[in-house]
Amino acid sequence: MRRIGDAPAVKRLLIGAALVLSALFLLLPLVAIFAQAFSQGVMVFWANVSNYFTLHAIALTLGVALLTIPICLVFGVALAWLVTRFSFPGRRILQTLIDIPFAVSPVVAGLIYLLLYGRNGWIGNWLDGHDIQLMFAWPGILMVTVFVTCPFVARELIPLMQAQGSREEEAAATLGARGWTTFYRVTLPNIRWALLYGVILTNARAVGEFGAVSVVSGAIRGQTNTLPLHLEQLYQDYNAVGAFACAALLALIALLTLAAKASLEWRASRREALS
Amino acid sequence: MNQRASRFAGSTRVLPGFGLSMGISVLFISLVLLLPITGLFGQLAGLSLAEYWAIITEGRVVASYMVTIGAAAVAALVNAVFGLLLAWVLVRYEFPGKRLLDALMDLPFALPTAVAGITLATLYAGSGWMGKLLEPTGFQVAYTWVGIALAMAFTSIPFVVRTVQPVLEDLPAEVDEAAMSLGATDGVAFRRVIMPHLWPALVTGTGLAFVRSLGEFGAIIFIAGNMPYETEITALMIFVKLQEYDYAGASAIASVVLFVSLALLLAINVWQGRFVRRLHGGKG
Repeated sequence: MRRIGDAPAVKRLLIGAALVLSALFLLLPLVAIFAQAFSQGVMVFWANVSNYFTLHAIALTLGVALLTIPICLVFGVALAWLVTRFSFPGRRILQTLIDIPFAVSPVVAGLIYLLLYGRNGWIGNWLDGHDIQLMFAWPGILMVTVFVTCPFVARELIPLMQAQGSREEEAAATLGARGWTTFYRVTLPNIRWALLYGVILTNARAVGEFGAVSVVSGAIRGQTNTLPLHLEQLYQDYNAVGAFACAALLALIALLTLAAKASLEWRASRREALS
Repeated sequence: MNQRASRFAGSTRVLPGFGLSMGISVLFISLVLLLPITGLFGQLAGLSLAEYWAIITEGRVVASYMVTIGAAAVAALVNAVFGLLLAWVLVRYEFPGKRLLDALMDLPFALPTAVAGITLATLYAGSGWMGKLLEPTGFQVAYTWVGIALAMAFTSIPFVVRTVQPVLEDLPAEVDEAAMSLGATDGVAFRRVIMPHLWPALVTGTGLAFVRSLGEFGAIIFIAGNMPYETEITALMIFVKLQEYDYAGASAIASVVLFVSLALLLAINVWQGRFVRRLHGGKG
């Protein structure tokens, strides 16, 4: 039986349009990043990457991401467990609240942290009296990064755990398994790939966050400059090749993220086909 | 905990961890998401209503709302068409490179916004690959609002594709087979039979893309040119006020942005909830 849009001419036209537009709109920028980064040869690229300030920015960026991931992981698993395994008043409100970071502009996210924990804020003022400075230092960068990345793990887990239902956990519990045993032996094996993808997304966003971090970081070269901020400074200083060298590193992480997603989806579809 | 759990947890009360997961979730949401927003209101409390109004209706700020909303609307509409095309092609056809195209759809989410920003600015500047082609025709993208819309469209296209795609996948083959066997042409069948199933998802995806575009910063500032009154977005206005240490001004403008984006998010959630319930009602 014929389906809509099955005529060869229509099909060719639509596929052709999709491929050409995607190539221009999505693929070309990706190619341009690497072309610019290597436009003066591999040696210049290497010199830009191995520069002290770049290395410092890489270390700070990775360090913040490494601290962000476990925080988001604990929160994401707890929230997903809560909203998919129990029903209680306010459940939908909680699910809407975790979308806040997706809707709030990154600049606004940075600003609200700066207002509260900066020297003029009521917590910041008290901290200042105790010689603790969170803003314009790495803890501030970590705090806003947690803000913008916290929905990812939960958003990956909730639909999956909802679809799987709680029968397996209930069986384990009625057979006398203790809470943590049930979680490690029953829940975790079922959600591990979604959990992994959640972590990958969290990482991708954490290393790439720009707007929120640029408000609270102060962007001091060699101190509070993350890789995206360092890239901006190089670009503003008319060192485009240096900026694109940093951009290429970040694009590489993005490509690894896409590859991880594709392979996890392939694994899931194969498992479905087998069962 | 058990008493509370059994009161609220209903049929699933055999499972442990209600108290712990509730504790972690509520503590986290309060400290990380809600408490900082109170800082904003604290700052605003120092302003009189007249001062607040004067800040948020100042000419340069109003111009930035216009630029942001106009460019975001154009980007969202372009993405609605382009995203629908991509979702359709990815679900309905088999062709070489399909899996690669599917993977490419998530690139704008995975790529840091600042990277997208400098790349688009470089591509569409007069000396860039695209700029060289376009500028002789008199069409300037970089440093105009077209560039702003382009950057917004780039960062938000996955919202439309990834919202429409699963709905299209779930549409049974009988739906269009029935229409076609009754002799409808492709165009009529698509409008009358496919679109009624698709448009709730399309509106949701386009809405999410629009909200994202309103707040976007990193991808835009490099290509925008940032001329006051002409190519200055609202997120940048907040940033400019902050650099002038005008915290009250920054907070006032931020409160407008925050209010609009939260209201839109809530509207999309309510709308989506309604349409999901309707779908489930239809299935059950």
